[in-house]
Amino acid sequence: MRKLHFHPCGNFNERYEQELTIFETDFGRASLVVGLVMLFAIVPYASGPYLIYVLNMVAITAIAAIGLNILTGFTGQLSLGHGAFIGVGAYAAAILATKAGFPFILAVPAAGSITAFVGVLFGLPSGRLKGLYLTIATLAGQFIIEYLLVHWEGLTEGTMGIVLPGVSIFGIALDSDRSFFYVVYVCLIVMTLIAVNIMRTSYGRAFIAIRDNDRAAEGMGIPIFPYKLLSFGISSFYAGIAGALWAYYMISITTEPFNLGLSVEYIAMIIIGGLGSITGAIYGAIFITGLNEGLRWLTDILMGVDIFSKAGFSMAPLRELAFGSAIVLFILLEPRGLAEVWRIIRSNFRLWPFSY
Amino acid sequence: MDFFIHLLINGISIGFLYGLAAMGFVMIFKSSSVLNFAHGELMALGAFVFLVLIGWAELPVYVAFPLALAGSFLLGFVVERIFLRPLIGEPLIYVIMLTVGLASIFKGIMLFIWGGNLYTFPDFLPAGLAIHWGSINIPPVYVVSIAIGLIFLMLFGLFFKYSSQGIYMRSVADNQPAALSLGVHVRKVFALSWAIAALVAGMSGIVLGIINGINVHDLSSIGLKVFPVVILGGLDSIGGAVIGGIIIGLLETFTGGYLSTSLRDVVPYVALVFILMVKPYGLFGLIEIERV
Amino acid sequence: MAHYSFQFQTLAILVLRVGVRQEVVMKDGILLQLNNISVVYSDVIQVLKGVSLSVEEKHIVSLLGSNGAGKTTTLKAISGLLKTENGKVTDGDIVYRKKSIQNSPPETITRQGIIQVLEGRQPFKYLTIEENLRVGTATRWGKPYKKDMELIYDYFPPLKERRKTLAGYCSGGELQMLVMGRALMAHPQLLLLDEPSLGLAPLVVMEIFQIIERINKEQGTTIILVEQNARMALQIADYGYIMENGKIVMEGVSADLKENPDIKEFYLGMGTSGDAKSYRDVKSYKRRKRWL
Repeated sequence: MRKLHFHPCGNFNERYEQELTIFETDFGRASLVVGLVMLFAIVPYASGPYLIYVLNMVAITAIAAIGLNILTGFTGQLSLGHGAFIGVGAYAAAILATKAGFPFILAVPAAGSITAFVGVLFGLPSGRLKGLYLTIATLAGQFIIEYLLVHWEGLTEGTMGIVLPGVSIFGIALDSDRSFFYVVYVCLIVMTLIAVNIMRTSYGRAFIAIRDNDRAAEGMGIPIFPYKLLSFGISSFYAGIAGALWAYYMISITTEPFNLGLSVEYIAMIIIGGLGSITGAIYGAIFITGLNEGLRWLTDILMGVDIFSKAGFSMAPLRELAFGSAIVLFILLEPRGLAEVWRIIRSNFRLWPFSY
Repeated sequence: MDFFIHLLINGISIGFLYGLAAMGFVMIFKSSSVLNFAHGELMALGAFVFLVLIGWAELPVYVAFPLALAGSFLLGFVVERIFLRPLIGEPLIYVIMLTVGLASIFKGIMLFIWGGNLYTFPDFLPAGLAIHWGSINIPPVYVVSIAIGLIFLMLFGLFFKYSSQGIYMRSVADNQPAALSLGVHVRKVFALSWAIAALVAGMSGIVLGIINGINVHDLSSIGLKVFPVVILGGLDSIGGAVIGGIIIGLLETFTGGYLSTSLRDVVPYVALVFILMVKPYGLFGLIEIERV
Repeated sequence: MAHYSFQFQTLAILVLRVGVRQEVVMKDGILLQLNNISVVYSDVIQVLKGVSLSVEEKHIVSLLGSNGAGKTTTLKAISGLLKTENGKVTDGDIVYRKKSIQNSPPETITRQGIIQVLEGRQPFKYLTIEENLRVGTATRWGKPYKKDMELIYDYFPPLKERRKTLAGYCSGGELQMLVMGRALMAHPQLLLLDEPSLGLAPLVVMEIFQIIERINKEQGTTIILVEQNARMALQIADYGYIMENGKIVMEGVSADLKENPDIKEFYLGMGTSGDAKSYRDVKSYKRRKRWL
């Protein structure tokens, strides 16, 4: 039998492969397996429909956030167009499903690929632009895509929106939150695995090299432009998949949600979760989705109180305030995000009681 | 032909407003390389403060205007002090996201107090300021905005080129450790540039408010329109901000006039992408000097 | 285990220090004195472990040592730039003109006439040569600078020809002159030069060192010179300190240091090391080890 591995009190890695391992210990691997089994066997049955709905939203958001973290956290290209790419994914899936009659299982990856193509297209300026200028070019991409979604009525039905047909996989109808739960979480796990593994290959290392110093990376023989485009492509592929799942889950979609606010929300997610960390993106998605739902709940309660409902109280200012404060507090107090917080907690446990 | 001239003048006037709004933005960028996403909110705050002073406190304009500007100046100072000072030396993306967070907070506060309604200032500009040339009419507000724009453009240009403080500001943006080693008071420079930027933002907010009325959402979306304007002109060029503003203003009014009103809002961005592909640092921006 | 032994060591040092602490009496003619200072970065990394040195007025003192010995850190401790890098003087004191200055912010230290020229030439790339020089007047709030500038151009004639050029486009030699000239604009009484010869051609190095000597003679500026080029440094310096591993391991008048066999071997490259592995090599290795 193989010897079980436990955490040593420090970093004693001697070879590169050790640095690359996903699970440092067998305990970590085992607890992940147990966690996944519980996730699929217990969670959908133990929680009510509202909770399942929230969990589904978390998973969909997390997929898109991972994509943005690949582009921004790992490759260092701050993008303000992620919300629009999610919109492209959602509309691609909706159009393929209604006009071309694609089944769910084909429409989702196809939507991802279309979005990846659009992402590469809007990533083209990265060949000449750097830093803040590129960020603004992606902002332009956001507005241009938004405009096209609203005004290309022949394709997108404009402000009318599109209603998607019911979904079935291999003859099983996905008509409840619970059945959708399985689909989105399988997607999330697959996408996470892909992302983690991309980052372990030479592609991932090239991305990180470009982020840290693009000139030096070029000197090392990494063709920057193709890699930047690749990063744009992968990132928007994730956005596309998330958008497609979102469209199917929501059944009817309009152009409204895919605005600049959504893009900013995603950047907030990866900063709160932790830039350059795949798990961080997931934490960030949980945090922001949780925050949104929590605020909705709070507003509902406040609306019940007479004083507030009479004063014409609405959710918008509260949401803006909470959202802004969350970003500001995280940046001021823990700029490396929840992933770092989690790491600190873990290492405290590991080294307890001799933390020096 | 009249229609054309009408659009031309409209475009230039709107462009000056954009340029004016963009100046404060460039100010911050020039001294600390930060993209300020809260710029639109700073504009709105300035306008609301002015509204309170003139509408509810019923102060005369010549008292209320300087007071509102002083308030904006102070606000910029405080914002820098509380939120941005701890981030000196942190990667830029955090600072940028901090301004995004601030934008949300400001917006939330303004929505709490004033809601999303449209407010208008009482009319106080003398009609004598208007310019008439035959069939061409330029309303007083536009005249005022062009005049203020030109004055500030000159002031800033001279300030950055010749005054010691201006040169210190540029040196801090350029190389912070070196500026520190020579005794430049970096924290003072940051505080001052945020304060001045907030002042300019407040002023442009007031001017815009006179024209369009004030509404939180409108003003913060104009804060976003500042991006194509400054990028077009080059992020660090104050003159470029005004010219970028005029180009964007003209593009907007002409597409609005001749093509369609819905295209009006995207055209600046399309133009932006094309111009950036040809000139990656904008029309007047400094080319990044990189030595490895 | 390594951790613990390290802690005991520092503990022991602390105890010893408390024991021998005494009032510092400054001799006349001494401008700057470092008494047993320790510097810690980020609260955990101890870089200087009790460095003491004194600098006589109008002298050139050179600080030699290998990479990572703590030379730059010593300079930054004096100029106050440590603060911006999360470093701190945790023990001992730095006395300048009978005033204790450790852990003061760089703005106040530079105002007392201590100017550091950073390692690796840090120009303001987007400022012209002339504007770069003007930043040097920050400690005097930009008071008349024209006369000083003529003086700088006198020391460094190449700068005059290029005074309207952006510093980013200048050569390494010109930049070294620029950063030194920029520091001179501040009328320093104590100039901290960090590796002025870094990456320059031998002839240019010679030129720079001649100018350093001239500045010292003509302006009466006291200079602390950190160098890798030990031969050149000892030639112009009056006094020298050798640092290893955060400690001063040897000091003396330059002439004596130049004749010291260990210095000759380790820093001037005139020893026999590099020959076949003889018994002598082992011996010198042991001698060096004693220092570390």
